[in-house]
Amino acid sequence: MTGSRPASALGRLALQPWLWAWLGALAVWLATIAFTRGQGAGEVLTAAFTFGTFFVIVAIGQMFVVTLGPGNVDLSIPATMTLAGTVAMKLMDGDNGMLAVGLLAALGCGLAVGVFNYGLIRLLAIPPIIATLSSSFLVQSTAIWTNRGLRIKPPSALADFATAKLGGLPALALCVIALAGVMHIVLTRTPYGRAVIAVGQNPRAARFAGVDVDRTRFVTYVQAALFAALCGFCLAGFSGGAALNMGEEYLLSSIAVVVIGGTSVAGGFANVPGLWGAALFLFLLVTMLNTFGLGAGIRLILTGLIIIAVIVIAGSSSRKREG
Amino acid sequence: MTAAPLVRLAGVDKRFGAVRALAGVDLSVDTGACLGLVGHNGAGKSTLMAILAGVLAADHGEMHVAGQDVTHGHAVTQAHRLGLRCVFQELSLCPNLTVAENTRVLHRALDGWGWRRRAAALIRDRLDTIFPGHGIDPDDVTGDLSIGRRQMVEIARAFTVTDTPVRLVILDEPTSSLDAVVAGHLLAFVRRFVADGGSVILISHLLGEVLDTADRIVVMRDGRVVADRLATAFDRGRLVEAMGSVADDDVDGAAAAAAATPATGDRSMGGTPVVRAHPAGAGIGGLTLEAWQGEIVGLAGLGGHGQTAMLVRLFEAARHPGVVNAGAMVRLPAAFVAGDRQSDGVFPLWSIARNISIRSLSQLLWRGLIVRRAETELAETWRTRIGIRTPSVDHPILSLSGGNQQKALFARALASDAGVLLMDDPMRGVDVGTKQEVYGMLRAEAAKGRTIIWYTTEMDELKHCDHVYVFRAGAIVADLTRAAMTEDAVLHASFEARAA
Repeated sequence: MTGSRPASALGRLALQPWLWAWLGALAVWLATIAFTRGQGAGEVLTAAFTFGTFFVIVAIGQMFVVTLGPGNVDLSIPATMTLAGTVAMKLMDGDNGMLAVGLLAALGCGLAVGVFNYGLIRLLAIPPIIATLSSSFLVQSTAIWTNRGLRIKPPSALADFATAKLGGLPALALCVIALAGVMHIVLTRTPYGRAVIAVGQNPRAARFAGVDVDRTRFVTYVQAALFAALCGFCLAGFSGGAALNMGEEYLLSSIAVVVIGGTSVAGGFANVPGLWGAALFLFLLVTMLNTFGLGAGIRLILTGLIIIAVIVIAGSSSRKREG
Repeated sequence: MTAAPLVRLAGVDKRFGAVRALAGVDLSVDTGACLGLVGHNGAGKSTLMAILAGVLAADHGEMHVAGQDVTHGHAVTQAHRLGLRCVFQELSLCPNLTVAENTRVLHRALDGWGWRRRAAALIRDRLDTIFPGHGIDPDDVTGDLSIGRRQMVEIARAFTVTDTPVRLVILDEPTSSLDAVVAGHLLAFVRRFVADGGSVILISHLLGEVLDTADRIVVMRDGRVVADRLATAFDRGRLVEAMGSVADDDVDGAAAAAAATPATGDRSMGGTPVVRAHPAGAGIGGLTLEAWQGEIVGLAGLGGHGQTAMLVRLFEAARHPGVVNAGAMVRLPAAFVAGDRQSDGVFPLWSIARNISIRSLSQLLWRGLIVRRAETELAETWRTRIGIRTPSVDHPILSLSGGNQQKALFARALASDAGVLLMDDPMRGVDVGTKQEVYGMLRAEAAKGRTIIWYTTEMDELKHCDHVYVFRAGAIVADLTRAAMTEDAVLHASFEARAA
């Protein structure tokens, strides 16, 4: 991935695809605290890490899926989050002793959705967008049927953990930073990660190079559903229970975080550090526009324009890197 | 040939970063003549042609085409207007479009009502003229055609005429995916085209066809022109010498060397073959392919008669070594060397090292993680062994010339743990010197006990095989031992189903 080797460390840094998301996050944060004259700088950052955490969990799974190549995306993430959160909360029913059972149930939901998604894609040969979208309706219906709209409180231990802070940073965020580190290694240093990137660049060549393309895709879709389930479990613990619309904003955000983070929408090229940068950027951007006190319409327009700007800048720099 | 040259390049220079691809090249092409251009992979042939075609801009130098000074601002559209057409090694057809639609891509003039019909008639006429009996329908989707047929479409398209005349056609390795018969049709057409006043630049690693077809031959080495003489002043030996080839180009000698190293697992001694497969489309008739350990087995016949399909079936069967899968059984893991490197071989976003290591990752693990240093070492070893022309294996694979990319694909297979190598006409675009080195390597690998199944469209390469199976219409129609393998026998079997 190092085409031309710039001599200086700074030059190499400028070629990193995740750099722009982080620069964007920093710029937006500085603009915000400049406006408030430094007031609440730390609180804003803590909030960004708190909410960014949930974006990053789902975005990791989505990133691996997107990297599989054109047309690969998981649209069932919000429904999976809802189902996993709902089933786990209902099963635990506020009992701390049932915590492990609840987590396993949530992950079991993810596993089932992932297997079902890939079954649609592979056995029925449905394009991933359609397959995951239609399965998301089934999954969402199952979630509605499961708890009939009742909001069940999470066990106190889970709620405490999900809202705990260690030295200013949310404990959950620290865990997810570690998780991102592990997934970075999975992407860059394991045969599975290489297989995902190879399939995304050229599935035929991957097959002839001995990559088990079907297994790679299967594992990736299951993994995305597992991360969505984990996110649903944590989010339900954080926000005092599972709500039927809890996954709503994660559909487009999970894709936006992946793309802003410097992962190629065309597949075959991905990075994990950019996910954190992009998640912080997205949250801080909305915070900044709120702080400026702009109207809702202007806020949405600016959000769109700034996201486009970051993607264009990041995209042009990564083209230079490849060229 | 007495008129002013159609194309005149003087002192053309081109750098890619630290690599000087062209160092002051002079070249002229006469009207009504065929110019042969030869040289090793990375000698600068393709770069020079890309500059002539307006794809790349030269750093220095002068260019005149058809009497016009095009030194500055030369671009693809202008080159087209001046009558320059190119058939590059990396085919440029859009796979999702039909043959007729791809013809339209080149010709703006094909517009308005019924353009599809006119485009179809245009390309059909050229295909019929150049490749009689081609079997291509203008309504065929290009991506569904075999690589040989795609190459035929690409060539025929370059010779189509609408509003601008065709003055010069650049053919870069035009016969690399064509079998001997189709290649013969093309070269005969080139002579007719030249006799009618057209000009052709023919780039090929098959020195025989350059010697037979070209009027004048230019030899390039390390970005310079090192020889420029009439074709009659060259013979095979002198050409090889001018190219600076270190390897011995004597095919018969090489084949004799091959014969001197007998296969380790001899058929006459019985035992079980490593590979055994009956062609899928052949029904119960026809012969069964068998290969013993240490053998080099050639798949011959006209292009697209089931050879590649057989290799793919063997590859799938090798996923479960020793298990009979749809009539095919392979006892050892297999590696595939793609000939169609763009669609079957190369990972375009990766470095050379990663492209080589992908088949061997399991050898590079420590506690489940890929060791980067081991990966680089593996790539470095093969860069040296197979002579990949690059300053560093960390460079992108696309920074290599076509032939060098092919070497990386060879390295990928040779570095792996595979006991069976499946090669799908892998020498496309590889130069003579490298070919000889690879042939030697293949013999050494076979002697070490690897089994090689080799589909090739080049008759010379069959001479390296212990056994040759001739394919026709999906079935095996002849099984020739080394002693019985002659060009006549192969051609005879290719055309007559009941032969042999």
